[in-house]
Amino acid sequence: MIDWLIDPFSDPILRRAALEVVLLGVTGGLLGCWIVFYELSYSAESLAHALFPGLVGAALLGIPIIVGGAAGLVVAALAVGLAGRVPGVGRDNATAVVVTTLFGAGALLALSRATPPGLGELLFGDVLGVSDGDLLAAGILAVTVVVALALLHGRLLAVAFDRSSARALGAAPGLVDAALLVLLAAAILVAVQGLGNLLVVAVLVGPAATARLLTQRMAPLMAWSVALAVVAGLGGLLFSYHADTAAGASIAVATVALWVAAHAARALRRTRRIALPSEAVR
Amino acid sequence: MADPLIRAQGLSGGYGGAPAIAGLDFALPAGARVGLLGPNGGGKTTLFRALLGELPQVSGTLDIATRCGVVPQTERSRLDFPVSALDVALMGTLSRLPWWRRPSRADRRAALDALDRVGLRARAKDTFGELSGGQRQRVLIARALVQDAGVLLLDEPFAGLDDPSSRLLEDLLSQLARDGKGLLISTHEVEQAGGWDLVLCLNRRQVAFGRPDEVLTRDVLERTYGEHVVELPDGGRGVLPAHHCDHEHDPA
Repeated sequence: MIDWLIDPFSDPILRRAALEVVLLGVTGGLLGCWIVFYELSYSAESLAHALFPGLVGAALLGIPIIVGGAAGLVVAALAVGLAGRVPGVGRDNATAVVVTTLFGAGALLALSRATPPGLGELLFGDVLGVSDGDLLAAGILAVTVVVALALLHGRLLAVAFDRSSARALGAAPGLVDAALLVLLAAAILVAVQGLGNLLVVAVLVGPAATARLLTQRMAPLMAWSVALAVVAGLGGLLFSYHADTAAGASIAVATVALWVAAHAARALRRTRRIALPSEAVR
Repeated sequence: MADPLIRAQGLSGGYGGAPAIAGLDFALPAGARVGLLGPNGGGKTTLFRALLGELPQVSGTLDIATRCGVVPQTERSRLDFPVSALDVALMGTLSRLPWWRRPSRADRRAALDALDRVGLRARAKDTFGELSGGQRQRVLIARALVQDAGVLLLDEPFAGLDDPSSRLLEDLLSQLARDGKGLLISTHEVEQAGGWDLVLCLNRRQVAFGRPDEVLTRDVLERTYGEHVVELPDGGRGVLPAHHCDHEHDPA
């Protein structure tokens, strides 16, 4: 059993992947707590999909993927903002239309015959092929997110707790929202390299959503969320190594499996709590 | 008499269209409990926002000599949110902390002292959403005390409280007034406001302001509430507001 867990990491490729997964786990686990409380899961998913043509364009032009992704994000944000202003459309619909349009355009580019092969990893990620630059970006992102969230903690808490009186408390809800969105965009941009366009949301939302089932306090919630993200990341890597499955997809599946397990555990605990008194009567 | 904490003269204000409140002339002295009476949509929340400096459009004179702390209804906040009573009280430190600073030990002590003052120090670590309605209301008062607010703006603090909780809250408000705080308390309970120091009747315009025994006449109440005033069997007066279901929310 120990060998099953440890042996794969003698491979330097897997060690690099493990480092990437841990760094993204810290980022996603912490940021995810606020994404869940600010109900930004849909935005996270939309942003990740909408920047796809930027990634493909960068790959075709031979410029760094991260630059293309950033350009894609800006285009997506502007398009959502503009479409939302069309009378009678509404923000949700505007987002859905823009995201599918952009994602479709990206897929069209990526799957055309003239395009060189290998763009599939933009969709599903290539955590086993992370470069030094990717690792550096993930490390900088993790440090930035930890520091920014520590500094913003009180204000994030106050705005999420009661937005209507946050301004009177000096919490500046507009700035807090903007800061959180910038962190979210940066996290997507960096995480997309390792986990791919379709699976990045798993690490940004899954662990925090699972942690919410386990605890009612902010500090343990964040600790659980990071721990779950790291466990799902490393577990997914191990599974993919032994079962010869795609690494990114295995991590996403592990994340969801933990959520299902936490739900089942909670349901079981509740049933037991209800069952116990009746046994005492007997 | 010392200078009032708040003085409004010819104050009007709104959200950009027709004024939502107009003709306000009142002064809130230190140590006074002022009942703010008015129908839903009568401008109580708008007045609070004007005093907090959040109203887009204000004309007339408004002198505020202190910080105003807001004590919202507790159901406005998220009761499933993972914060303790102490976390909520600590939110009162945000206005004086720069972005790069976290609450210091002194800030935590101030928050604990404020919880002590509202009688909830022993519950500091309890989850806010698991406290009773009256306890939650007192935690929000503690938060305003941490803000070092000289005036507390309380939005229907007695709504939904049982009798013991109401008495505890009434005692706390009296104590705060004795300590020199100015309290502006919006309420639908005319009888209760009759026991306070001053009342301000508001129905988009100021209908009356003064001591309860002078102000709370049938005529004033009818002009404040329209036809919703009813005569109670024991000779008192009651108001049938279109209660909480269509509560006056921010139009923004």
